[in-house]
Amino acid sequence: MKRHIRIVDTTLRDGMHAVSHQFTPDDMAEIAKGLDEAGIDTIEIGHGDGLGGSSFQYGFAKATDEEYLKAVSSVLKNAKLDVLLLPGIGTKKELELAAKYNAKVARVATHVTEADIGEQHIKLAKELGMEAIGFLMMSHMVSPEKVVEQAKLFESYGADKVYITDSAGAMTPKDVTARIKAVKEAVSIPVGHHAHNNLSLAMANSLAAIEAGADMVDGTCKGLGAGAGNTQTEVLVAVLDKLGYETGVDLYKIMDVADDIVAPKMKRPQVIDKNSLSIGYAGVYGSFLLHSLRAAEKFGVDARDILVELGKRKTVGGQEDMIVDVAYELSQKKEAI
Amino acid sequence: MKKKIKAAIIGPGNIGMDLMFKLMESEYIELDTVVGIVPESEGLALARKKGFNTSHEGIKSILGNKEIKIVFDATGAKPHLMHAPLLKEDGKIAIDLTPAAVGPYVAPTVNLDEHLDSPNVNMITCGGQATIPIVAAINQVADVEYAEIVATISSKSAGPGTRQNIDEFTQTTAKALQVVGGAERGKAIIILNPAEPPIMMRDTIYTKVKNPDEKKIREAVENMVAKVQQHVPGYRLKVPPIVEGDKVTTMVEVEGAGHYLPKYSGNLDIETASAKAVGERIAKKLLEDAVEEVL
Repeated sequence: MKRHIRIVDTTLRDGMHAVSHQFTPDDMAEIAKGLDEAGIDTIEIGHGDGLGGSSFQYGFAKATDEEYLKAVSSVLKNAKLDVLLLPGIGTKKELELAAKYNAKVARVATHVTEADIGEQHIKLAKELGMEAIGFLMMSHMVSPEKVVEQAKLFESYGADKVYITDSAGAMTPKDVTARIKAVKEAVSIPVGHHAHNNLSLAMANSLAAIEAGADMVDGTCKGLGAGAGNTQTEVLVAVLDKLGYETGVDLYKIMDVADDIVAPKMKRPQVIDKNSLSIGYAGVYGSFLLHSLRAAEKFGVDARDILVELGKRKTVGGQEDMIVDVAYELSQKKEAI
Repeated sequence: MKKKIKAAIIGPGNIGMDLMFKLMESEYIELDTVVGIVPESEGLALARKKGFNTSHEGIKSILGNKEIKIVFDATGAKPHLMHAPLLKEDGKIAIDLTPAAVGPYVAPTVNLDEHLDSPNVNMITCGGQATIPIVAAINQVADVEYAEIVATISSKSAGPGTRQNIDEFTQTTAKALQVVGGAERGKAIIILNPAEPPIMMRDTIYTKVKNPDEKKIREAVENMVAKVQQHVPGYRLKVPPIVEGDKVTTMVEVEGAGHYLPKYSGNLDIETASAKAVGERIAKKLLEDAVEEVL
């Protein structure tokens, strides 16, 4: 029997970064319907920074969490509706709202060293009858041993699955293999991987994760996502099929969703350019990309200088305000010269 | 010798100890007693060494002691809910450093005058103490419709209480941005950063305003920063207000005084320094009232 790999499509959440969170609820419903019909197992939706993410800090979304949840939940027939929650940004209140709209999966995302701020949200998700997934962001910043320690914390809170997430698209297949293998050996729950393509390694890393034992991986149609985007769902489905894995996704249908529904809604081509490459190279949070481009223009500095400096300062996910801080400082230095 | 008001601290943890060191330099408060519930507590041992009365029998060891007028509660939300009515009945003023919020939220540079007679005041959150003064300053000159703050603190300075109840931080701070800061709507975000060496506390304050007069906003913010610096010397304006349309972005940084806790934990420092400032104003008022009675 072919080994089953569960695919979580996050076009409607990570992809929101690439459109500055401007999908309308109708856009989301249309894409979600296509994903559902193509046989995608789990569909993640919402602001790029998860529930409660709509803000000055991360950009205001076109609609509210509730409007997106309502639109998507009304069209899903088989796929599980999934929401992302970053403790410190979203709260238990928003998770309850998601459950009300029939969200079946909650991914609780923390920086890779801070799993303990997600304990209360994992427990609430369980109480609400949801599948609870611990999501360790920026996993490239620490050793496999540290990732294991934090994955075990999530397991101890009752998480059903744990994710090793490469938020900066900074890992190589070797890095992914080491982390997935170590976590797989240490926990008794399934393990997932979320990749970014800043170093053109999203597909290679997804495969490395699967070969190292990952049970589920993320993708987005057309690769739409923060930085240079994610593993491209439709390509992933084709590649996994060729390699003899089973995903339950219809290849032609998912290709059609990507090309005919998602592509026309894209605001810019999803490519690796000097700025997204700098994100992967410097190891900074993928969603800093568009914020850095705007700050670079406003303060008259090079976006790459901002990104590299953010890497040096060991910024973590969510610190978008540091972009303005760094850009302001760089511009002051420039003036002084 | 100048007369001082006697006070006690409940909770000899990090916050309680930092506060103890700060109160040792107070002009108006004489710290008398530090109480906890663990006999072998390191904090109680340190308090004894510094010459204060101590007890591991909790709040009951200070109830009935009429000399103690002000009690700082640095325990937790649940214990404070029990302590608050007992302190009130005993005629003691409670300065609450927990998230219990029995009494009104107080930021010393913004609304302390309104609550000087309250039997219980709450110190909001560290993020609230660092950002609400800026929101209030901007609100005075520009009318704040929406305030959003992002508090970034070092992982090392966030204790287990904050971590397990991170929603309390965001919800309390958001509410206080409205109630004390004067914003019509409020939102708070907290981020923990594990970088070594630990980062200073930094806060970004975004506001959406009705009258975006850059000069007035800048002056109001600079004046407010100077006011906060009087009780928190490590409070600094990192990026002065940037006005883009109706959006105003301001950034501050808080370096701790390093009394008991390391300098990077500016988040804890601003909480204890603000509690001290509130306690001193209340103590000063008690002293003035006492003088009036004698006259």
